[in-house]
Amino acid sequence: MATLETTRRDFLLGTGALVVTFSLAPRDALAQAATPKPVALDQVDSFLALHRDGTVTMYTGKVDLGTGIRIALPQMVAEELDVAIEKVKLVEGDTALTPDQGPTWGSLSVQVAGVQLRQAAATARKALIELAVQKTGMPSVDFAVKDGVVFLRAEPHRRFTYVELLGDRRFELKVDKDAPVKNPKDHTLVGQPLPRPDVPGKVTGTHTYMQDFKVPGMVHARVVRPPAVGATLESVDEGSIKAIKGARVVRQGSFLAVVADSEWGAVKAARALKATWSKWDGLPESSKLWEHVRSSKVAKDDVAVDRGDPKAAIAGAARKLKATYDFAVHTHGSMGPSCAVADVKNGKAEIWSPSQAPHWLLKEVAAALQMEPKDVHIQYLDGAGCYGRNGHEDATCDAALISKLIGKPVRVQWMREDEHGWDPKGPPTLVEISAGLDAKGDIVGWDAELWVPKADITEWPRTLAVTLAGLPQKDAINPGNIHRNLDPSYPFAHQKAVAHRLETTPFRPSWIRTPGRMQNTYANEVFIDECAAAAGADPVEYRLRYLTDPRGVAVLRAAAAMAKWDARPSPRRETSGPIARGRGIAYVKYENVRTYCAGVAEVEVNRQTGAIRCTRFYVAHDCGQIINPDGVRAQIEGQIIQTTSRTLKEELKWNRSRVTSVDWASYPILKFPDVPEVHMELINRPGDPPWGVGEPAACLPPPAISNAVFDAIGVRLRSVPFTAPKVMAAARAATKA
Amino acid sequence: MASLNVNGKSHQVDVEPDTPLLYVLRDNLGLHGPKFGCGLAQCGSCTVLIDGKAVRSCVHPLSKVGPGKVVTLEGLGTPQKPSPVQQAFIDEQAAQCGYCINGMVMQATAFLAGRKNSPSDPEIRQALQNNLCRCGTHQRIIAAVKRAATLMGKGA
Repeated sequence: MATLETTRRDFLLGTGALVVTFSLAPRDALAQAATPKPVALDQVDSFLALHRDGTVTMYTGKVDLGTGIRIALPQMVAEELDVAIEKVKLVEGDTALTPDQGPTWGSLSVQVAGVQLRQAAATARKALIELAVQKTGMPSVDFAVKDGVVFLRAEPHRRFTYVELLGDRRFELKVDKDAPVKNPKDHTLVGQPLPRPDVPGKVTGTHTYMQDFKVPGMVHARVVRPPAVGATLESVDEGSIKAIKGARVVRQGSFLAVVADSEWGAVKAARALKATWSKWDGLPESSKLWEHVRSSKVAKDDVAVDRGDPKAAIAGAARKLKATYDFAVHTHGSMGPSCAVADVKNGKAEIWSPSQAPHWLLKEVAAALQMEPKDVHIQYLDGAGCYGRNGHEDATCDAALISKLIGKPVRVQWMREDEHGWDPKGPPTLVEISAGLDAKGDIVGWDAELWVPKADITEWPRTLAVTLAGLPQKDAINPGNIHRNLDPSYPFAHQKAVAHRLETTPFRPSWIRTPGRMQNTYANEVFIDECAAAAGADPVEYRLRYLTDPRGVAVLRAAAAMAKWDARPSPRRETSGPIARGRGIAYVKYENVRTYCAGVAEVEVNRQTGAIRCTRFYVAHDCGQIINPDGVRAQIEGQIIQTTSRTLKEELKWNRSRVTSVDWASYPILKFPDVPEVHMELINRPGDPPWGVGEPAACLPPPAISNAVFDAIGVRLRSVPFTAPKVMAAARAATKA
Repeated sequence: MASLNVNGKSHQVDVEPDTPLLYVLRDNLGLHGPKFGCGLAQCGSCTVLIDGKAVRSCVHPLSKVGPGKVVTLEGLGTPQKPSPVQQAFIDEQAAQCGYCINGMVMQATAFLAGRKNSPSDPEIRQALQNNLCRCGTHQRIIAAVKRAATLMGKGA
């Protein structure tokens, strides 16, 4: 029997997915053991370690969730440190070895963590030159650096390798924010489409995912969730699984799980286990969701923008418009259900997790198990893409709790219904906007309101294990910064935008890719299209009336040019044939402070059925300095396709007790035949800071598709997802009006 | 004990006969190419070939495998010596998280094996329509299947 069991030691020595410096020369290992590696954000040694063999290990608290930072971050470091990319090894998301650079969220890995790493590398480079100055007495300006060697420009034979300069020492330096970084003109790695190191392993089955990881003596666990969200466990019939070899029940409060020696044994035991639960039916009626949202208690109002006097401006306007936009509850829908391994014993917790936030999760686990954070160690391993906080953190806490209760290493693998049913959800979002137009059709006032749950932004959402087992917890919810981009990306003279932050929301919320920014941009960019249509103006020309930011203008014009934009007012007013075609545009400046993008959707609408196909999508994108253009392209393609799926198809379903969309049949996503072709133009600005890429373009499909459907059939879609029945209902309503 | 042939080798495994092939491959034989995605034959992450046909191993009990020759992702090639389909996926960088990619490579391998000519875009989309991807890698996967057909010398 060929099991692939990996011990922690083997793992650290590099047989797992990551290669860690402990595998280097014994001298280095001894030095490491003597004083722990620093992890503070202000220390060069937290980010970088140079080795005798000329290799460099770099450390980041961010993790590659399939986004390509596993090559982009090394490109930034290798560039600034002047070493070959092959010499750089990356350690990600190990809480003992990496600096806490925040969770991998918000499109900030390159923009924040990459820039921190770059500055650490620039500081290191400067220090190495300084060491050469000390050795030679020559001034630092006389030196150049190439391929891990510092040399005198005039006498290139007078050269020192990094090892000759630094020896076995650490830098023991603070990161110098003024250490000079390279002139972008001299970049040889940054800006190149280098291939990702993990792709060959992923397509040949040799890449170690979380789900593939095992430790000796490990048992397999499956969780058994309540049949209703708020139900409590009344009794368990342990005899109901006694026929299954090695199976046993693990219980604390209403937290219920089974463990078995084999994975299939655990699956069968979870299915066979008989338990009784209390009744609970506290979810709102799904058909009255938006009434429920509007009547929820407001905790506070966040004002996104308040300029001039929009109410008076609208009151005095020649024409008034008002529209309401709702956006369904979404699940993250990771392809692989969440998984984690935990070994909790002797007051220590050793954990392997695919979490986007290992450093944050460490604190969650410590609080849940009532341990000191120093006694918890988490190592990141790739899971299936999470696109935010999915079930990974929950599965990790499940594993930690079960391991603590039974005193053995435990692997928890969620089943499909656990992931779809119990991952935290993107909350229901409602936006209402009013505007006033003057006689020429120009916007004179803009007034927006948003209804979304409150956010205890520094708190982690409570995990299921904590809630069900009755473990200590804070009373906090956190769906992310979902008020951002409520203020439109246009500087209207009179505008106000207020987010009503609600005390409660029906489902445990968290962030899903582009949280809030997607929903708010959807509302803003459909509404400005409604204004353009009311003014009888071309949607691109109308936006350009207000857009003054030259980088914004550039992406808007580029997207229109790429799509061969047919300049005219919408709708198209062509009524022949069963298929109506249309085009729609959308624009956003992400969070109104960074990455600019604009997109054009081309759609086909079946007049008889209401079915929409988005056939093509054009994106123009400006994220400042591009680190890896192929990575940027992959992220944009992914965002457009994933968000087209969310826009056209996705919607959580539930009854009064529980989520009922618990598989891919009841929560369908876009399939190959309906995936749009994505075309794009990247505007590179090498002299500017690098901005985030993983979220901004996902703002574009909901409004661009809605606007394209309006262009095709003259019907406004104000409720995501745009399913065929909703299109038909909107068409009927439009005919009546 | 049951015996099965995987990637050209015979194996004896001591598991319950109703165990899905997926768990045998992953837990007993240490073959991690096939992935658990849904357990419902809906997503395709667990796809393997049995006698050349793409099969969802998550719902295929070991008892049904019999003398069938099972091929997993690992049986197609290695990072050093990838199969044409695997090579094409590497060339196109057709993976993000990569969790679905086993299914894409296996389904595409079965699809291309049965064809003389290079497939069109709509044919590739049709062939992969029951394989789900959440990252939105579809465009690169389509390009990779096309490229694989070229690498395999399929006619136009």
